[in-house]
Amino acid sequence: MPKEPVKVKELPVDKRIGNFNEVVSGYSENEALSESSRCLQCKNPVCISGCPVSINIKEFIFQITKKDYAGAYLTIRKTNNFPSICGRVCPAEYQCRRACVLNKSKLAYCSPEAINIHLLERFAGDYGMKDNLEIVQDKNIKLSKIKAAVVGSGPAGLCCAGELARKGIKVVVFEGLQSCGGVLRYGIPSFRLGRQELDHEINYLSKLGVEFKTNVIIGKTFSLDELFQQGFSRVFLGLGAGVPEFLGIKGENLCNVYSANEFLTRLNLMSAYKFPEHHTPVNIGEHVLVIGGGNTAMDAARCALRLQKIKGIKPDVKIIYRRTEAEMPARRLEITHAKEEGIEFKFLTQPKEFYSDDLGFVQKLNCRNCRLGEADSSGRRSPVILEGSDFSIPCDLAIIAIGLQANQVLTSVTPGLKTDKYKDIVVDPKTMETSIKNVFAGGDIVGGEGTVIEAMGMAKRAAKFIIDNA
Amino acid sequence: MKIISKEIIADYAGTRIVKLTLSSPQISVKARAGQFVVVMADEKGERVPLTIVEADSLAGEIALIFQEAGLTTRILGALNPGDSLYALAGPLGHATEIKNYGRVILVGGGVGIAEIYPVAKSLKQAGNITTVIIGAKTKGLLILENELKSVADKIYIMTDDGSSGEKGFTTSALEELLKKDKYDLVYAVGPLPMMKKASEATRPFGIKTIVSLNALMVDATGMCGCCRVTVGGKVKFSCVDGPEFEANQVDWEELGKRNSIYLDKEKHICKLKF
Repeated sequence: MPKEPVKVKELPVDKRIGNFNEVVSGYSENEALSESSRCLQCKNPVCISGCPVSINIKEFIFQITKKDYAGAYLTIRKTNNFPSICGRVCPAEYQCRRACVLNKSKLAYCSPEAINIHLLERFAGDYGMKDNLEIVQDKNIKLSKIKAAVVGSGPAGLCCAGELARKGIKVVVFEGLQSCGGVLRYGIPSFRLGRQELDHEINYLSKLGVEFKTNVIIGKTFSLDELFQQGFSRVFLGLGAGVPEFLGIKGENLCNVYSANEFLTRLNLMSAYKFPEHHTPVNIGEHVLVIGGGNTAMDAARCALRLQKIKGIKPDVKIIYRRTEAEMPARRLEITHAKEEGIEFKFLTQPKEFYSDDLGFVQKLNCRNCRLGEADSSGRRSPVILEGSDFSIPCDLAIIAIGLQANQVLTSVTPGLKTDKYKDIVVDPKTMETSIKNVFAGGDIVGGEGTVIEAMGMAKRAAKFIIDNA
Repeated sequence: MKIISKEIIADYAGTRIVKLTLSSPQISVKARAGQFVVVMADEKGERVPLTIVEADSLAGEIALIFQEAGLTTRILGALNPGDSLYALAGPLGHATEIKNYGRVILVGGGVGIAEIYPVAKSLKQAGNITTVIIGAKTKGLLILENELKSVADKIYIMTDDGSSGEKGFTTSALEELLKKDKYDLVYAVGPLPMMKKASEATRPFGIKTIVSLNALMVDATGMCGCCRVTVGGKVKFSCVDGPEFEANQVDWEELGKRNSIYLDKEKHICKLKF
């Protein structure tokens, strides 16, 4: 039995930074067999408790060891509708892999010894996709009379739609943009999640009978009440945390200061990196600064670097973060990839003010150094600004990636829908039902920014309640 | 999303202003004066905001008016009845607050005339006494004159070259009116310098002045912040907080700069495609 974890193949750096192709290749059959054989098949598989949707990890890994890949695929599909997506974007090192008994790390994220559960999940998911394996629908005559509306086609919405449709409930998904996927489409770049895989997972839902209506903004095109008038008896709101936060410092509205959402949407949803073939423009600079330490910051930085390379500019992208690497909320893999690709990190640095040239374009960022102080409510040590440590960094393009807030397009026009002080929707955590009967919510619109799989966990809870109480 | 009819409402020295009537039962029912839609002409197109000029809920149709200026408006202008847009979403933004203010002046410059038309109509219906000032470079580019006459108690026409109405700017006519009479609201839409000038003209009189801003947008639902403007010292998103704002509070210089972020790319792509 091999003791060493099986490394996954990745595109070499020089082959990846000039394009948006997927970086991680995924396991071959032999690699998957070898990695799965490292699993101890624990009597008490604690890894499962680390998964927000409780995938039977032990079982599907066992099936891989027996070359029953279809079985592994179906085992995952039982609790997770999107193995090919989650196998690529889940922060497994903070979740199932952190719980794996082979993990030797006491940190928030696991050590390399933990089984590469996400890569095995991806292997099984992609196997099922290639063979077009479909899960048998578990239709129920009573449920087929129910019509459910799902608002938003991001991870939460897609997951809820899948869970309901599998039981025979008629589901219509309403999406405000021109294509489905939510943050998986506009936010996560194709070098992390191939568009083919995303399209496949969405098509899978269409095969289950889910209907998608794009360009419909609930709260604008239709109100929540109107959905009920149209014959929907249950509504799930997966509205997302779509509104970018800004630093609130001077010069933040200068030209070429972007929110990460805008920069990523232009590139990922609107294919601005293919300008002028695609008509949406995006600017790039010679010295790019990205402010923030989460996955969105990593995505924005890596996109900017690729754009520089495509435009023939010598890559220069720096990430500015006010804490240190240990406190960065990004997936460890994204940090590693960003470093490999040549992105520079400036830790313990707090932006103070942007300055511009005569035309109003950003020219430099003044910053101050920080030190780590006491732990805050998130358990991370807070940055304390060192007075008098001012310095400036030249930059002709800056991207702010410091977080997102609730999207209020629907909640602001729906007075009966109770929200908290962050404008997130208040739900009963057991059922995910909102203050309006038969209206459920999940994903980032509940409890703020989380991961794809956490959103799916909430969506599943809502779907279960809808099904059990039909 | 299907185009029902197309009308070239102005065509002068290579500049065309186009009116497209689209089938959109959902939007036609909801649309209120002051709101806009986002359109994508084709799969590779940009998402651009356009004001809803007319909404006919019985026919299930809305009308959009735009001047062929950049690539997207030229692609839109080349579409014909029977063609469909790739995407159409809305109605977006806050509607104009329609009530009886009393005596109202509406100022429209260039293609901005199209944007004041639905507002003038609604304000007239709400019992306001409406004075309309419309202006264009020249007679050939003056649009919706008859439509606005039908909803205006008084109308003033201004052209830069004097080929129709008075010679001069809409804002000069506005200044004249403000000196002579008392008004309760000024509503102005047009090129950015015109709106800025209008706000300067009303400031000494302390009249509530509303402008509808033409900031660049991507999603237009509050997700990207591309359209952020500073209003009264606070950052606002034109798409969800606007598109109308109190004119005297707007940071015009910043908006002007932000709206020119992609000028070089716009020129480049227009050269390539046309």
